[in-house]
Amino acid sequence: MTSSDGSQQKNSSRGLLGWIEFRLPIISFLDHSVGTKYPAPRNLTYLWNFGSLAGLALVLQIITGVILAMHYVPTAEGAFSSVERIMRDVNYGWLIRYMHANGASLFFAVIYIHLFRGLYYGSYKYPRELLWLIGTLIFLVMIMTAFFGYVLPWGQMSFWAATVITSVFSAIPIIGDSIVIWFRGDFSVGEALIRRSYSLHYLLPFVIAGLAVLHLWALHQHKSNNPLGIDMQGPQDSIPFHPYYTTKDLVGVGFYFLALAALVFYAPNALGEPENFMPADPLLTPNHIVPEWYMLPFYAILRSIPDKAFGVTALILSFAVIFIVPWLDTSKVRSARFRPIYKQCFWLFVLDVFILGWIGKSPADGIYILIGQFATAYYFIHFLILLPLIGKLESPKSLPDSIAGSAVEDNKVWRGL
Amino acid sequence: MRGCVLVTIFVFVFGANTAIAAVDALDPKSVDWPFSGALGRFDEDSLRRGLDIYLNACSYCHSLKFVAYRNLIDIGISENEAKKIAAQNLFKDGPNEIGEMFDRPGRLSDKFFSPFPNDQAARFANGGALPPDLSLIVKSRRNGPNYIYSLLTGYGELPPQDFELLQGMQYNSYFSGRQIAMPPPLYEGFVNNAQGAPATIEEMAYDVTQFLSWAAEPKMDIRKRLGLNVIIFLIILTGLFIAIKRQVWKEIH
Repeated sequence: MTSSDGSQQKNSSRGLLGWIEFRLPIISFLDHSVGTKYPAPRNLTYLWNFGSLAGLALVLQIITGVILAMHYVPTAEGAFSSVERIMRDVNYGWLIRYMHANGASLFFAVIYIHLFRGLYYGSYKYPRELLWLIGTLIFLVMIMTAFFGYVLPWGQMSFWAATVITSVFSAIPIIGDSIVIWFRGDFSVGEALIRRSYSLHYLLPFVIAGLAVLHLWALHQHKSNNPLGIDMQGPQDSIPFHPYYTTKDLVGVGFYFLALAALVFYAPNALGEPENFMPADPLLTPNHIVPEWYMLPFYAILRSIPDKAFGVTALILSFAVIFIVPWLDTSKVRSARFRPIYKQCFWLFVLDVFILGWIGKSPADGIYILIGQFATAYYFIHFLILLPLIGKLESPKSLPDSIAGSAVEDNKVWRGL
Repeated sequence: MRGCVLVTIFVFVFGANTAIAAVDALDPKSVDWPFSGALGRFDEDSLRRGLDIYLNACSYCHSLKFVAYRNLIDIGISENEAKKIAAQNLFKDGPNEIGEMFDRPGRLSDKFFSPFPNDQAARFANGGALPPDLSLIVKSRRNGPNYIYSLLTGYGELPPQDFELLQGMQYNSYFSGRQIAMPPPLYEGFVNNAQGAPATIEEMAYDVTQFLSWAAEPKMDIRKRLGLNVIIFLIILTGLFIAIKRQVWKEIH
């Protein structure tokens, strides 16, 4: 009895944190996860900030979303006016709602940079394939969450986007029409869809949070990739996450909040559609039905193929190819810095995605259809032909021996920050 | 590879130039609004004149469902004055203690009086056209303030010879299809302008558009004012983060 008391006394001697640590080793867990015991490559650039920024964006969306849910009314009658009530009568409701709406846009911007970073530096390659798969799954769940969220204000664009997207399922042979009715919960888009959108829009962010934990778990197993794409070989190649990357991430956090504040306070509706300030009207089709900017490239792929079933197939495939990138890329070299041909193709692919985005915003007629079809074709050519082929044909530049050896020149450009 | 890039850029630029071909309405006139830009604020005198025009013209056909009379205090109308404006219309209320509905004068807590009990009644009274609610009219149109101003000042022009003007419609080059069911809502000298002289249609359109812009986004002034504080704070905070980071990383670089 006395000896066990004594040891307990000894272990809890380091204050409150020590007391907690003895019973629940969460302090050392954090220290090993994001603290002094987690080694990170010493040469990570600011492009490696976007993972933690995505986490921040998710947390902000959940906090603002929970507050909005306290005031929102998920009915066809009440949805639009409850949103206006939030904007006009709820204390700082306008701030919370503008943070939520623009936060969603910024969340996608962060995720796209994160994703393209992974593509450029080959972060998806052995042994990080599963890390990539979980990440793309998060992206998919984010898109679903955003769709359900877009339905909720029940403006014209909410209604008609929901009509277009749900009718996509009718492309499935034989059972398509039944699936559309099952999905809408009614024969037309209406209150049943609002209520299930509300329910799922509240649920899915927590699914994302769960997937993010798996994403981090897989990340910690083999640690971060880096701009050179070569493995850490010893302590000379790494620095502890804290204080180095905690402070570097904070700089990103500062800029993230500045970007969010600029949007929220000075251009809160710049990324939205004016049409959505008109209440949903099933009898009045808008001239131009467009999704939010972050879905435009995929919308362009869907529309570029005149046949509905094939268009939907192309849309599904456009996601599928992102999932299987680790097995499409045949090169063993990770970083595009050492892959001269892939590097050029990467930027061409970025350009292609921007063209698709522009086409997604333009009316579907004349020359736009043609450009859209070429851009769609190139999208698939990049993944299905160029990615496997370049790995076989290209002769990569020689890789440096170690991170420590070339890290110094790496950070030159950004040293000011 | 480089050739590919050039061709794509060429297509991009060429495509963008041919983008806007067949638009049926004219682009809105460009007005210099006091509330545009980061430091822009609503002009309260103009808002009050705009309210006057709204009450004497727009409100006979249009509703303003999301704005309450109490909100007028935010644009410098005194409480007594706002109460008087509210009491000009009778609102249906009830049931009372004997279970009957009754009419009573409007109160500060009421939303602006809707001239028609429902959309059907509104259409019936307006030759089949529905006068839209004006609470969000400025935000629900692209380039909203300029568009509303252009529409209000866009009457009086004669349609081209071959233009087919439908029964009961007005020619207005700023409306989609160039014809609109709304008759010209403003008349010269309808109210007085800032100098006390009879107002021109342009002056009235300017004031009422500003009033409707306020009605659509009543929190704009506080948003921009708070935004300035937040951004100054964030610039200092980010500067601090950069300083900390540089200090910590000193021996690594």
